Amino acid sequence: MEDLSLHILDIIENSVAAGATNIEIVIEEDIVGNLLLIKINDDGRGMDKETLTKSIDPFYTTKGTRRVGLGLSMLAQATKEAAGSLDVRSKPGKGTRITARFVYDHIDRKPLGNMAETITTCIAGSSPKADFKYRHRKGDQEFIFSTKEIKKRLNGVAINDPEIILFLREQIEEGLQAIQKGAKSEEIKDWRFGKNT
Amino acid sequence: MKKLKIGDLEKIRDKVRRTAVLRQGKARAKVTVHMGTCGIAAGARDVLTGLLKDIRKKKLDDVIVTTSGCAGLCSREPMATVEITGKPPVKYVDLTPEKMRKILERHIVKGDIVNEYALAIGSERTH
Repeated sequence: MEDLSLHILDIIENSVAAGATNIEIVIEEDIVGNLLLIKINDDGRGMDKETLTKSIDPFYTTKGTRRVGLGLSMLAQATKEAAGSLDVRSKPGKGTRITARFVYDHIDRKPLGNMAETITTCIAGSSPKADFKYRHRKGDQEFIFSTKEIKKRLNGVAINDPEIILFLREQIEEGLQAIQKGAKSEEIKDWRFGKNT
Repeated sequence: MKKLKIGDLEKIRDKVRRTAVLRQGKARAKVTVHMGTCGIAAGARDVLTGLLKDIRKKKLDDVIVTTSGCAGLCSREPMATVEITGKPPVKYVDLTPEKMRKILERHIVKGDIVNEYALAIGSERTH
């Protein structure tokens, strides 16, 4: 995987495959603390202890189509390369919580990549019933994106329509650019879908 | 800096509402881009985004796009399956956004299978 947004896409695909309907993605860029934090929480079917232990093992997979499962093990490797860690917590029937930590300025820390495309790829590919919440914080700037709020506004029109997907992609891109530039908080607020403005 | 987009979202919603009925009611074609670990690592996300852009550009309102997991042929990713209503599905392999565009123009729009990119004709396993 070239960048972290592709790892994130891969992990979310696992959540969707596990039947999750609420998926939360949190990214925190803590420059002062020199930490990059990525959290992916879902309400999918979860894993029992034994499966959880095996989940990071590249030679473990639940798939019938091949004999290796590289998703989580590659993310674990990416954290290790950047002096970070990967924490996976899960309970059957409750869902899974994944936290990846990276040293922000570590030379081997992969770039974040295109998160807008990752989020919209997830929306395009999953059931319209699945909801995604994406929160991205950098310093005191925050971008929040929630498909629940957008669906309310769409009033029955399918969120996975190509036209809507591409529109949302542009919106997320612009919102993320705004927090990278350190736009003023009230400007950022305008990017929060669903807020009355 | 561009501001608030809720109004834009509602505009697009109303535009899409007119065509969405058609898309959901009688989709003529369905494209499934394989989005397993192997597909993602090989560039499937770019293939999907390129496809959505071309569908918008060509104003195709009877094509559905979705994703699936790994199909077990990781070395030939990115892969996509094209299903035209009433015809057997066709799997395409070693894709790039450019190849996907040709498939859209020739197979999905005109109905001619792009033999040079096709792997096989068969069924699909989705997650």
